[in-house]
Amino acid sequence: MFSGPDLFLDVMIILILLAGIYLFNKPGDARIGNLMAAAALVFGAGATLWRHGLLYPWLPAVMIALGAVSGWRLALRVNMLQIPAMIAVQHGAGGLAACLVAFVELTGSAAAPGGVNQAAGIIGLVIGAGTFSGSLIAGGKLAGRIRQTPSVLPKHSLLLMVAVIAVAALAVFSMISAKPLAAILLFGTGVAAAILGILFSMRIGGADMPVLISFLNATAGLAAAWCGIALQNRLLITFGATVAASGSILTHVMCKAMNRGIRKVFTGSKAAAHLRPDVIFNLDDAGSETETQAIARKNTPLDNLLAAITALKACGSIVIIPGYGMALAQAQFNVAKLSQTLCAMGKTVRFAIHPVAGRMPGHMHVVLAEAEIDYSLLYEMDAINAEFKTTDLALVVGACDVVNPAAMAIEGTPLSGMPILMAQDAGKIIVCNLDEKPGYSGVENLLYRNPKTILLFGDAQKTTSALIEGLAPQLGNTEAQTPLQ
Amino acid sequence: MTDILFMAAVFSLSFGAGYILIAKIPPRLHTPLMSMTNAISAVVILGALVLLSIPRDGRELFLTALAIAAASFNIIGGIFITDRMLKMFKTKPSVPADVRPGRNREK
Repeated sequence: MFSGPDLFLDVMIILILLAGIYLFNKPGDARIGNLMAAAALVFGAGATLWRHGLLYPWLPAVMIALGAVSGWRLALRVNMLQIPAMIAVQHGAGGLAACLVAFVELTGSAAAPGGVNQAAGIIGLVIGAGTFSGSLIAGGKLAGRIRQTPSVLPKHSLLLMVAVIAVAALAVFSMISAKPLAAILLFGTGVAAAILGILFSMRIGGADMPVLISFLNATAGLAAAWCGIALQNRLLITFGATVAASGSILTHVMCKAMNRGIRKVFTGSKAAAHLRPDVIFNLDDAGSETETQAIARKNTPLDNLLAAITALKACGSIVIIPGYGMALAQAQFNVAKLSQTLCAMGKTVRFAIHPVAGRMPGHMHVVLAEAEIDYSLLYEMDAINAEFKTTDLALVVGACDVVNPAAMAIEGTPLSGMPILMAQDAGKIIVCNLDEKPGYSGVENLLYRNPKTILLFGDAQKTTSALIEGLAPQLGNTEAQTPLQ
Repeated sequence: MTDILFMAAVFSLSFGAGYILIAKIPPRLHTPLMSMTNAISAVVILGALVLLSIPRDGRELFLTALAIAAASFNIIGGIFITDRMLKMFKTKPSVPADVRPGRNREK
């Protein structure tokens, strides 16, 4: 472990990894950075094989081929909406691998009981198992196969505590038991940790997934690092620690963006139960329904569509605010066409990306990149929020909570205190959302009541398509006839 | 004892270095960053290879094989999806459209 050349080689490999990460500052460089990280891993594998030898060469060869081919095929087929789910599933695979490696190391014929290494191995096994099951739940929620709302069991916190105690107890017993029993107890520890992971993840709601995924990213790295301590393997420790750092940063960034502490996120939000209807519906800030607004509500969808098209034609500057709903409707391609049309008409087009829009950090950026939208048009919230005052039109597509003035106006909701995009400051607002139901926070969107707002409810693909048609010069105003839901 | 200290130092140094580097990465690259680090977290495959450096029985071979397959799935899938995502990022060659003072995009 301390030999000179060995240390040197490891340091070189880690520097390659760090250099690869450093290159993630620009999209062009990032591609090279990604390959460098992969190269670091390959060199690490080479170094490992060279140092330790390999008694069963055919086994890894076959297994790597199997795993690699399925991973590659999935990577080719997945679209940007499905990315968070795919990453969650992959976290699960990584957690499983760490758990198994720790288990074999601890229970294998060659395993020698030894304080630190054994304890580290158990920690790696526990974190790996929890990451595995937690990731699968997260993946299920993201893929829409498990319901999005937090699933809170009766006495959920108590159950969690019981699981934690079970894990600790079984782990300790396995450390002091003799071989055959120790293995069984260790297996039990893993199962308990997996149950813990399930209990932990099921309580977290769909809109908080960005935090959960980032957290699982960190735990996957930790699992690898602890396995590294158990195996006395420097590369595992360093690679794992770097990943853990990445996950920690992203978790912190996401929590800050929602202005909710990590504890609140992890204990689930019983949103609906805490709403106070009187507070929400009688606010002076939102403006009680004026006559204009009442009339607007009585407008037919077609009236609203025509008003929206007129607004689009008349504006000089527009900021488009995409949300997860746009990705769900796969409307990003229409949004791209719309932005191109508006640009061609001489308007200034920009996109405003809220840090927690989407289901993972940076999600909206890749969804828009998938639609080939020039990324220099994308602005972070802090950079663009002050500009809404001087923008003629804000176009909201599939976004709800991130533009909801209730976050500032109402206290005591899950949304309270979250920084939002100030769409309400724009000259006019067009909203292309599915319906007027609240977002995941359960808080009604006060933007819908704003007299400046034109509401185009329905499938975002259809509404954006109608807008594009309406802007096409040869069609003119009166022929945009796509019916809205 | 020195072993533990050494490993703790290794962990802290790497965590720190990673932290400093990653804190600077712009939000637009957070998703590819996560899928790349996700792939890297399957570095535990090296641990599995080390396990195979000594004689193992059937049960151990089976579990290790499973670990290698899962880790490979994680690594290859992650690296490829990251590459695919990064290829999608397009921008026009730098033409300063309208550069108004005070508008900083990169944070």
